Parts: sequence; structure tokens; C-alpha cells
Amino acid sequence: MPDWEDIIEVVLLQNYNTRLVVLSTTLLGIAAGLIGSFLLLRKRSLMGDALSHATLPGVAIAFAVMVSLGGTGKALPGLLLGATLSGVAGLFTMLLIRNTTRLRDDVAMGFVLSVFFGIGVASLQMVQSLPGASAAGLESFIYGKTASMVQSDFHLIAVVAGVASLISILFLKEFLLLCFDDAYASAQGWPTFFLDVLLLGLVTAVTVIGLQAVGLILIIAFLITPATAARFWTQRLLPMMLLSAGIGGISGWLGASISALTPDLPAGAVIVLVAAALFLLSMLFAPPRGVIPRLMRQYRLRRKVDRQHFLRAAYEILEDSQSGDVVSNSPFSFAHLRAKRTWSLRKLRHILKIAKREDHLEAADPGMLRLSEAGYGEAARVTRNHRLWETYLIHYADIAPSHVDRDADLVEHILGPELVHELEDFLKQDSISTPVPPSPHPTSNENSPS
Amino acid sequence: MSQLFKRLSPAGDAAGEDLSFHPEDAPLAIHDLTVAYHRKPVLWDVDLDIPDGKLVGVVGPNGAGKSTLIKACLDLIPRASGEIGIYGKPYKEQRHLVAYVPQRESVDWDFPVSALDVVAMGAYRRLGWFRRVTKQESENARECLDQVGIAHLADRQISQLSGGQQQRVFLARALMQDAELYLMDEPFAAVDAATEEAIVSLLRTLSEKGKTCLVVHHDLATVTTYFNWLVLLNMRIVASGPSETTFTRENLQKTYGGKLSLLEKAAEALRHTVE
Repeated sequence: MPDWEDIIEVVLLQNYNTRLVVLSTTLLGIAAGLIGSFLLLRKRSLMGDALSHATLPGVAIAFAVMVSLGGTGKALPGLLLGATLSGVAGLFTMLLIRNTTRLRDDVAMGFVLSVFFGIGVASLQMVQSLPGASAAGLESFIYGKTASMVQSDFHLIAVVAGVASLISILFLKEFLLLCFDDAYASAQGWPTFFLDVLLLGLVTAVTVIGLQAVGLILIIAFLITPATAARFWTQRLLPMMLLSAGIGGISGWLGASISALTPDLPAGAVIVLVAAALFLLSMLFAPPRGVIPRLMRQYRLRRKVDRQHFLRAAYEILEDSQSGDVVSNSPFSFAHLRAKRTWSLRKLRHILKIAKREDHLEAADPGMLRLSEAGYGEAARVTRNHRLWETYLIHYADIAPSHVDRDADLVEHILGPELVHELEDFLKQDSISTPVPPSPHPTSNENSPS
Repeated sequence: MSQLFKRLSPAGDAAGEDLSFHPEDAPLAIHDLTVAYHRKPVLWDVDLDIPDGKLVGVVGPNGAGKSTLIKACLDLIPRASGEIGIYGKPYKEQRHLVAYVPQRESVDWDFPVSALDVVAMGAYRRLGWFRRVTKQESENARECLDQVGIAHLADRQISQLSGGQQQRVFLARALMQDAELYLMDEPFAAVDAATEEAIVSLLRTLSEKGKTCLVVHHDLATVTTYFNWLVLLNMRIVASGPSETTFTRENLQKTYGGKLSLLEKAAEALRHTVE
């Protein structure tokens, strides 16, 4: 295990060798986060995967060409140029298959992914046997390897990542329109083909500069995971992109740092695992769209509905048992309450337990229940709201669907005081003035869910 | 990927189109239009002239080519033959005069934008490359939402709107373009009564301002009340004219079955004689 000094040295970038690696994977992560957001929203993730696999033949061919020109064949810019060209060739093969045959997109992508990767693996083997040069290390482009990075590599990665990020921000509006509604974009005269090519060009750029550190198999995860994680936190594009860039950057930084501390772990895999961990956290806990907050919201809503059903049932029992305009609080029997709705004994006991905890119930004789002062007030309020809503739905059925927040605590906030007055007038049949209006339908033994 | 390759071939042969026969003032004049998917014709020899300022309802059975007609007018799909004139010129010169309301299902509504963001897209063309939505255009977008009665939902994420509200967002986006000709693809499909009412009153307002609206519609019960010009379509134009004279039993029969079943009978008879 590395000790604390090592950890601090690596994480704070004090070590020169790791600094290059960590900085470049961080920048790579930021660019991947930004561009991955659009790739995700354009629903082209699988296409990005096919593209990255299609880069491998180019690496081998570029090596062979550089060796035949008398070099070592390991110059990164040359290898990445080859990767770019063969990635683009893969892309055009996909387009060609799609356009000239009636095969579906996924077939074209699956075909290009596997065939280009196969060609790549085979040609890597072939260039191993070229005289006068060692091709050892080329296969690190498949899984990623950071150890061999030198300063000029870092400069290349930094510049490409920076430019790609800037372009993605510059074209924010255009990409947004393309991803949301490409037909509308075309109709408005935007060059959607060019925009698609530009977007895939940016994806290619990030893929190619990520080959060395992350590898071509895992780079797609680095493009997609931060954006998917960010989507859980926000409903707006710009925050999503910035968050995605942040998650990508943190993954690159932490992943490369961990890998530097434990040389057995390849950087690419660790980076993707860090991103996946952040994704998992987002999926579970992000308030707007995460799984657990959503379950909690559902639970709270159920409890609220239960409480309102109980209070309304109680109020209606009081109403039925009393003659006169003003309903007053008095004890009523458990059996009476149970007959009011179709709830199981177990459920009703549970509801009553919660009602006691919330001080809506007071102590009463055995078999009897009595609302507290607070519970009685709440019951009157809940009943009034419910009846106003019902009346509203009955009299304004046409416009009601636009006010769907039916569980809102106060109808006035939704409908406005004027409309509430009007509704109250509807309810005041025979000009009876009561704090709680009569129900617009018979209430005894009400079984209908609401 | 699906949309990508279509753009390689320019939609329509705009170059060399002879539009001289079209009256200058016709918002939409289609001559001899044929559109085919995979060599199977969807629209066949369509000739259509839409007079200015009309509320036009386009009706026809499923697969009659109603949406295809609109998409062809917008150069969204390549055409096998024919010319389309928008106020006398090809669409690509007249984009600023045309607003498009696509089918609601054509986009993914679980998209990280608000209702206001979508409406603002109607201003992207006038903003041009790289310019962000200005304060002024945001205000305009809010007004357009107000015109369809959902200004209070401007900041809602679009997946949290009801279907009818989403449809109204699309209409507001078209209003944002401040066009002369509105092409709407099934705006009444699966909307609530309140939205239907809002769309109808919007159509009336547009018509009063002298705008022309071409609306794909599916409800024969309302078509004559909502529209004053009718186009009956089933691969070919069956009839086109003022609602009261066009909405006849005979025309409907031709559009929705009469002729089709006759063809089927002929094919059936032919098969029997061959066997």
C-alpha cells in the first residue's frame, strides 16, 4: 500500500512524471464530459463506440508507414493521425452501409466495430514482424497505458482537448437544436449534415487523444458515463454539460492518480471505474432524478394521501352525526371510521398510529377516537380543499387538466382567490354559510378512490 | 445516424425548377409532385394550389402521405419529381416565411430544456450562428407561450408537461418565427379539450391576421368547423376546395375507401383469372 506522503505527492501533482499524466487525463475528462453530453443527447453512443474501435487499423498502418520512412514508428502525432483517418473511414463505411442498403443502423455499427477491430488486431500482429523496428507497446492503444507519456504528448492532448471543448461551447445553440429536433433544424435552414459531421469530428478528436491514456475499448465509457451521471442532477442543458465536464475531469484526475500509486492498475480502467462510481452515486442520490429521492417522494405522497383520507373520513363522520350548520369536534367510534372507506385493519391501525404521532388524535375511551384541536382544524381544511377541487373539476372540466397539481396544500395558490370565491358560491347551495362547504356528492360509505 | 445520410443528397432538385406558372401570391403551389420511399410511391402526381389566408385542413386515411406532403414542402425529404413554390419561389429562398409544427411524437421530450428554451428555438434563425438567445427574444418567447395560454409553465422542464401542453409549446415555437405560412402536422392528435380549444382560437387569430395555415387533421367530425378550405388526400389529391363544396359523401368515399376497394376487387378478379 502506498503511504500518505506518496498519496499527497501524487494527488497534488508534486511529482513531475505523474503530473503530465494526471493533467492530461483531467483535460481529456473535461473535453469528454462536454462532448459526451451531445453524443448522449443525439443518441449516438453506439456510433462513438464503433468509431473508437475503427481507429486501431490506422495505428498499425501509421506505424508501418513511419518505419518505412526510416523512423522508429512510435511518434504519437503520426500514430494519432493514422487513428483519426481510419476512424473516419469507419464512420463513412457506416454511412455507406446505411445509405446503399436497407440494413438498420445497429447492424452497420456492429459490422464496422467488429470488422475494423479485427483488421486492427491482425495488422498489429503483422507490423510486429517488420524488420528494423519494434512494435512493442502499440497494443497499449487497446487498453490504454499512461507510463509512456512525454511532455510533447501532453501538449498535443492539452491543445486538442482545449480546442474541442471550446468548439462544443461555441456551437452550444446549434448542437442543442440538432439533438432535440433535427427535422425542425433542417426546415429552418441549419446545415444538419455539417453539424452532425462536426459533432462526430469532436468525438473523433476526444477518442484519438484518449487512445494513449484510456484505450480504444474504454474511451466510449469516458465519453458517455459523465454525461449520463450529470443528467440525473439537472433538467437544463448548460448545467448538465458543466457538471458532466466536472465529473469527467474528476474521474480523469482521480483515476490517473490512483493508477500512479498502484502501478499494477491500468489508468484507463481505473478512470472508467471512478466515473462509474460517480454515475452510481448520481443514479441513487441525485435529488431531481435519482432513484432513492424518487422513492422517498412516492413514500411521502402516499403518507400524505393516507393522512388526508383519514382526516376527511373523520370530518365527514362528524358532519353526518350532527345536525346543524356548524360542525363541532366530538368523539366517534373506531368501527364507524373503519366502515367509511375500504381500508384493511392493519392499514387503518398504521394510519392511526401516525395520526397519534402527529398529534392529530387525542386520548379517548376504548373503541372511540377523538381528534385533537390541531387535527380537527386540519380535517376541516383538508375536507374544504377536497370539495373545492371536486367542484372545480365538475364545473371547469375543460380547463382543469392544466392544473394537475392536485396534491397542492392550498387550492388558492393554484386557482387564485377569485376562482375560489366562485367555487365557494357554487358550493353554497341554499345559502347555508358554513366554514366547510357541503360535499357535491353523497359522502356516506364513500368507497371511491380519489 | 438515421438522419445523417439523407443530407448527403440535396433534398429536391431546386436548381432548374420552372416556377413561372405559379401565381406570385399563392402561399403554396405544388405541381406534379411525386415522392417515393424505397421506390414505393407515397405521393403521386400531386397538384395543389392553396389560396392566401385560408385555414386549410388536410385529411386522408393512414398512409395517405399527409405528413410526407408537409415534409416535401419543407425540403426534408427528396422528391422524385415536381416543383413546390412558396409565394412563387423555392422553399430554400422563402424559409423565413414558413413555420413548421412537427408531430409531437417526433422528438424525445425527456430532454434537458425548459418550455421557454424550446419556444426560443423559433428565433434561432434570426439570431444566426453562435449568438445566444437575447433577453428580447426570451421576452418574445414568453409572449408566444402566453398566446397559447401556458405562460405560467415557461420554466417547466418539457417532460413535466402534459401532451396537450407539449403540443402548445410546439405551436408557440412556430409563432416565434412570425411566419406567413404555417405547416402543422397533426396538432390535434391526442390533446385535451382545453388544448384543442386553444389551437382553434390560435388558428382563427392567425387567419384574421391574413396568415395561411395548412393543418394535417384526422377528425372528420370537426374538419368543416375548424377549416374553410379542405384538401382530401390519398396518395393523390382527391379534392381540394372550399370546405362546404369539398366535404361531400362522394369525395370522402373516394378518399377513404370507395376507390381503394374497387382497386382491390380488380386485383382480386385479376388474380382469379390468372389462376
